[in-house]
Amino acid sequence: MSYLFSTADEQQQMLQRIGVNSLQELVAQIPVGLQLNRPLNLPPALTELELERHLREVASRNVGTSTRLCFMGGGAYDHFIPSVVDEITSRGEFYTAYTPYQAEASQGTLQSFFEFQSLIAELSGLDVANSSLYDGGSGVAEAVLMASRCTARVGRIVVVGSMNPEYVQSLQTYLVNKSTEVHVVPTPTGSADLADIEQAMNGQTACVLVQHPNFFGGLEEVAKIAELAHRHGALLVQSFDPLSVGLLKRPGDLGADIAVAEGQSLGIPLQFGGPYLGILACRQQFVRKMPGRLIGQTVDRNGLRCFFLNLQAREQHIRREGATSNICTNQGLMALRATVYLSLLGPTGLKEVAELSCRKAHYAADRLSQINGCELAFSSPFFKEFVLKHSLGSDVAIRMAAAAGVDIGPALNRLPGMSWLSEEDREQGVLIAVTESRTRDEIDTLVAALS
Amino acid sequence: MDPASLNYTKTHEWVAVEGDIATIGISDFAVHLLSDLVYADLPPVGKKIVQGQPFGEVESVKAVSDLYAPVSGEVTARNEKLPDNLDLLTSSPFGDGWMVKVRLSSPGELSNLLSQTAYQSHCEAEKH
Repeated sequence: MSYLFSTADEQQQMLQRIGVNSLQELVAQIPVGLQLNRPLNLPPALTELELERHLREVASRNVGTSTRLCFMGGGAYDHFIPSVVDEITSRGEFYTAYTPYQAEASQGTLQSFFEFQSLIAELSGLDVANSSLYDGGSGVAEAVLMASRCTARVGRIVVVGSMNPEYVQSLQTYLVNKSTEVHVVPTPTGSADLADIEQAMNGQTACVLVQHPNFFGGLEEVAKIAELAHRHGALLVQSFDPLSVGLLKRPGDLGADIAVAEGQSLGIPLQFGGPYLGILACRQQFVRKMPGRLIGQTVDRNGLRCFFLNLQAREQHIRREGATSNICTNQGLMALRATVYLSLLGPTGLKEVAELSCRKAHYAADRLSQINGCELAFSSPFFKEFVLKHSLGSDVAIRMAAAAGVDIGPALNRLPGMSWLSEEDREQGVLIAVTESRTRDEIDTLVAALS
Repeated sequence: MDPASLNYTKTHEWVAVEGDIATIGISDFAVHLLSDLVYADLPPVGKKIVQGQPFGEVESVKAVSDLYAPVSGEVTARNEKLPDNLDLLTSSPFGDGWMVKVRLSSPGELSNLLSQTAYQSHCEAEKH
């Protein structure tokens, strides 16, 4: 960590530079009644030695994936992060969270975003990706607003119920002052029934929103749902796991018009509340309705390759209230991490991560469902995550695992919405995710803890 | 089309009326102001447009501008050649550069529009 100075001399220099004589004069505009006029109620300053010892002690109470075994799922996962990701992204030239003002002066940053867009377009099987949004939830909400613009329909959004319930909440927040109805199609069996989706469609439906692999880890019949949506003049928006395309077909290949994702799995550590990474890609015909920053490649006056902010005319600083979105930035540092991670993995590495996660998850599911009183909640095929039911209830199961230093969850009874799940599934079901980082021994530890 | 026979809006759209069908475009003055055009988004046939409300967009290298409907009615045709040949707007803003045709739903609205002379003085005023 940097050591920041602020000596009395330096304070005086800063005050002189802006033409005031004292700190009191600097804050003179604040009404006297609002000024504190006494020192803050803080204990005496510690020496550097004491402070470091204190912080080390506080930090040692942190509990994280380095000290415990993480089998938690539900949208953020403990995938392995090669140390090269930290090495490159922490370089001084890159280490800022922000798209710089005068963006074109930062050609290296713009090039990394351009590479990010190219990688995401390839992963999603779609023509064009923006240079990122805030997180998976903001991606879903922006994609839905975009679908409304593309179809000129604002009446209804059909959401397949197996979508991450927190993304549905984000969507409802974005739509709170609009008349658009969010129609959730219940999926009590863990995945969608096409007839139920068909019934939910009307002539004002802008899009069908589906997550695949879904929130319970299971697979959905995306190609058929896309065909259904298109038959009703609606778009298909798919939320996907970017690592899953190492094994599964890409959203564009399944007929999705817009694909969104949480990019945390791509080299971003688990963090309480983020920052995470929103991914959004679409077909070429919708590019002008797309939100967010878009980097283009061109040539300068000397004919050399260079990068620039493209299609800015649809953005807020030019288009005002007619803009496609109020987002005028991107998740720069996280997009860079994903770019480095994906470049390291390449197509072969991506396939390996997906295959290992999938195989290990299936080994875990097999072993766990042999435990007396345990079974899988749903029968649909799954990728790296599944819902396990424990006859003693999910809360007890989570405590049994925790006692052995293993974390599972979230429990289905903690999730917003989803009132259409059966009482038994809600009370006994808990999500378990297995990434390539888990070993057979670790999986066996989990099995022993729940037995 | 003869510019002198057309009706105009202060937002630079023009209208030519034949029977109950109105042809809509934007003036040479507007095309000049927008400079390099890169994209036009026109409403589909069947869409109902309302006088004074946006019905489409034109994008130049500098900005996206709304197109405001000079009259109300249902779109019966759009110039399919235009989006891929935006040069038509520069070479023939009052002819081949037309945008949409609509079936008038309130012909009385035409009285809200400007004559060429009135429109030209409006443009003169806007230049300053």
